[in-house]
Amino acid sequence: MTQSVVVQVGQCGNQVGCRFWDLALREHSHVNKKGIYDEALSSFFRNVDSRLMSSLQAVLVDMEEGVVNEILQGPLRELFDSTQLITDVSGSGNNWAVGHWTYGSAYREQIVDQLRRAAEHCDCLQCFFLIHSMGGGTGSGLGTCVLKLLEEEFPEVCRIVTSVYPSAEDDVVTSPYNSVLAMRELTEHADCVLPVENQSLVDIVNKIKHMSHSGKPGSVIKKDSAIISGQGGVSGAEKPFDAMNNIVANLLLNITSSARFEGSLNMDLNEIAMNLVPFPRLHYLVPSLTPLYTLADVNIPTRRLDQMFTDAFSKDHQLIRADPKHSLYLACALMVRGNVQVSDLRRNIERLKPMLPFVSWNQEGWKTGLCSVPPVGHSHSLLALANNTCVKSTFMELRDRFTKLYRKKAHMHHYLHVDGMEQGCFTEAISSLSSLIEEYSQLDATKDRLMPDAARLNIAT
Amino acid sequence: MSIVTVQLGQCGNQVGQELFEVISNDANDTQRKVYSECSSERFFNETANRELVARSVLIDMEPKVISQSIAKTAKSGKWRYGDRSHFSQKQGSGNNWANGYCVHGPRHEEVVMDIVRREVEHCDCLAGIVAMMSVAGGTGSGVGTYVTQCLRDAYPNSFILNHLTWPYGTGEVIVQNYNSVLTLSHLYQLSDAILVHENDTVHKICAQLMNIKHISFRDVNKVIAHQLGSVLQPALTGDSHGIYNRNPIGELMSSLVCHPEYKLLSVCNIPQVSSSSMAYSMFTWPGLLKHLRQMLIANSKMEEGIDWQVRAPSLQPEGIKRTGSHRRPGFNTSLANLLILRGKDVNNAEISGFQHPSLYTPWLPADEAFSMWKTPVPFNKYEKSAILVSNSQTLLRPLDNMVGKAWNMFASRAYIHQYTKFGISEEDFLDSFTSLEQCTSAADSVVVAWRSSEPWS
Repeated sequence: MTQSVVVQVGQCGNQVGCRFWDLALREHSHVNKKGIYDEALSSFFRNVDSRLMSSLQAVLVDMEEGVVNEILQGPLRELFDSTQLITDVSGSGNNWAVGHWTYGSAYREQIVDQLRRAAEHCDCLQCFFLIHSMGGGTGSGLGTCVLKLLEEEFPEVCRIVTSVYPSAEDDVVTSPYNSVLAMRELTEHADCVLPVENQSLVDIVNKIKHMSHSGKPGSVIKKDSAIISGQGGVSGAEKPFDAMNNIVANLLLNITSSARFEGSLNMDLNEIAMNLVPFPRLHYLVPSLTPLYTLADVNIPTRRLDQMFTDAFSKDHQLIRADPKHSLYLACALMVRGNVQVSDLRRNIERLKPMLPFVSWNQEGWKTGLCSVPPVGHSHSLLALANNTCVKSTFMELRDRFTKLYRKKAHMHHYLHVDGMEQGCFTEAISSLSSLIEEYSQLDATKDRLMPDAARLNIAT
Repeated sequence: MSIVTVQLGQCGNQVGQELFEVISNDANDTQRKVYSECSSERFFNETANRELVARSVLIDMEPKVISQSIAKTAKSGKWRYGDRSHFSQKQGSGNNWANGYCVHGPRHEEVVMDIVRREVEHCDCLAGIVAMMSVAGGTGSGVGTYVTQCLRDAYPNSFILNHLTWPYGTGEVIVQNYNSVLTLSHLYQLSDAILVHENDTVHKICAQLMNIKHISFRDVNKVIAHQLGSVLQPALTGDSHGIYNRNPIGELMSSLVCHPEYKLLSVCNIPQVSSSSMAYSMFTWPGLLKHLRQMLIANSKMEEGIDWQVRAPSLQPEGIKRTGSHRRPGFNTSLANLLILRGKDVNNAEISGFQHPSLYTPWLPADEAFSMWKTPVPFNKYEKSAILVSNSQTLLRPLDNMVGKAWNMFASRAYIHQYTKFGISEEDFLDSFTSLEQCTSAADSVVVAWRSSEPWS
């Protein structure tokens, strides 16, 4: 069995990360009522000799103490070793440069040490998961610095990053700067990025609340559904971002399910990068998750199962606001959990294929995985990861917001004061984003054209 | 004479296990002692306490499949794998041929070849090595190719037969066409013969002939194992004088692989029915052979849905030349065929339909292009069964499709960085494409030249 290490950076990263551990624990204890250490648990939980509860393979980084302290005082404290936590006091002031350059150099050694220690505890390290947000200072700046460190120190280990993008109405004025500066690092140093937009999470949460209050018959939200509620988990009462963080945590839960549980068609994490990333920089995968709005009906007949596949390709279930159906798919992965057979998978792929435009050289670009253990409270679930050119629009919006600020040179002095930061960083970052958008556009241009098959080699006979 | 199997990757190991199951059941089933003993000797090593240990080496880059296999067979009590005959790692090859071939292969070469050597030493006399793998993933394809190379170097005078499983056309692995092209281009140089099963074809057999509703990989693997077993189990060759042939792989190759450029072989098997229908089925040799012959020339892999309109081209009295140069649509020309008959009344079977020159290219006279083995011992509960191993055009179209799709992807250089980071270059890709295009075009031109009565080079 392979292991992964989760590195959570910044306030958002740590909050989402802890939600993830909470749900993972709940999933495993559900499957394994005796709480005995087993194969699947080893995937994330380090077994320390004399302790009954195992430690997690995690590294937690934050430059202010609030969130991490809460973790240390909360019920998850048993699970973390204090050496896994790297903290400072004053925070990054929502300044990417402070996070990346100032704290990056100050804590570099400590972070590398901690990463090495986590890696040594792994029999076979397959993947690093980085969780962070793009709009702030620590998650965005220090997080991308950690990403660079991961590439330097562990070049052969896959790096999958879950990045939370700010919405347009974000209360952090400089979030466009932070996001674009971070984007450049993600494009250069990550193997795969799962972008998540706050706005989409808000929309989903609102819809769920609306459905549970509307009293529509048949639309009862299951009480112990892990999708939006932390109820039944280890932590206590709900806080403002909790519901949204839960959704992102579920994303991670599903993507790692194949590594944690058995299935008839396992999908290793390194296979995800291999199959979904045809060009090194185009590694932004649109995540969509179902079910999000659960129904009370437990015995789901085939129709409902097929509905799950259809839902995965509807805009309501995506974690970023984009329109994949009108853009071009480069590749798509389907990770199914629960009692689903290969024949169900194939049937649904055949059904959905005509509606989804795939690039000419990858008409059969589907990668599939089957895990037999469903999430708690559900009989099936499906995570779709699409490498689709529609992410271009998200990036274009981001670029616009950046340009509005940059034109007036607003707030830039905060950044340029920081040691290591120069004007060039800004121009390089925006140019990297622009060329990324251009690459997606070029592929888009092939979309409606009938691409002839490439001329085959001519062999002299 | 004994055969050593090398099972590579998830598919190789799963199919391999089903193969030994079929063989062990078949050998135990029969009342013919000589057949049983020959089969046991060929595939199993009997230990001091009368246990049957498969002559097999299990290789995978991740542990789950092998450990499941070993546990399952140990439980069954009929036969088992050797305690030290397996090798696995933890990480897998990530569906990447280059990872398998350039990294895992060389890294573990010594250990793997050690295990193979031990297994070979257990044989009194080695008839050949059968390497089993798929071409779509990373380990079977990449490590499998590397291991085949090592086997070729270590045993230059032994016969090496590669059994390949080709993936579903609609795929489970996006880069499967790359992995397949890289594998086949190398194996063409290294292997003595390549026997292919296509998942799509076997899937249809499961669905239409065996009436299985929710087809699993296990069902597919069982059919492959049945067909492969029916080829490798003991049989009498024309000149073997009542003794089971001691050199099955060598004989297979000398019958079928008449030219080093044409070594892709396919298998056809009749009848193939669900176990519940078997009790109600009555087969006659004329019926079976008529269907099998039509399956050959109409390029059908099943006894259902055969196109009976396809006919062999008529020949002028001189035998070879024909007027008109149009291709006869749907007709599958053979370079060589091996017919294996197993079961009751086998000596009464009329096989002349397979010897007609119209079925073959003019390279070899028809009586040299056609060979037959038989045994009165029925195989795997089928009272009569007929197996055809062909070196024909059958695999050319699927191969061409595979190369075409891979080439389209390569034209955009999609996914190439995933391979180059492990050590193979764009040049290597081009070499592979070139070598496969040469194979298909050569095979094609033989037939075209014949049809158009032009001399061919």
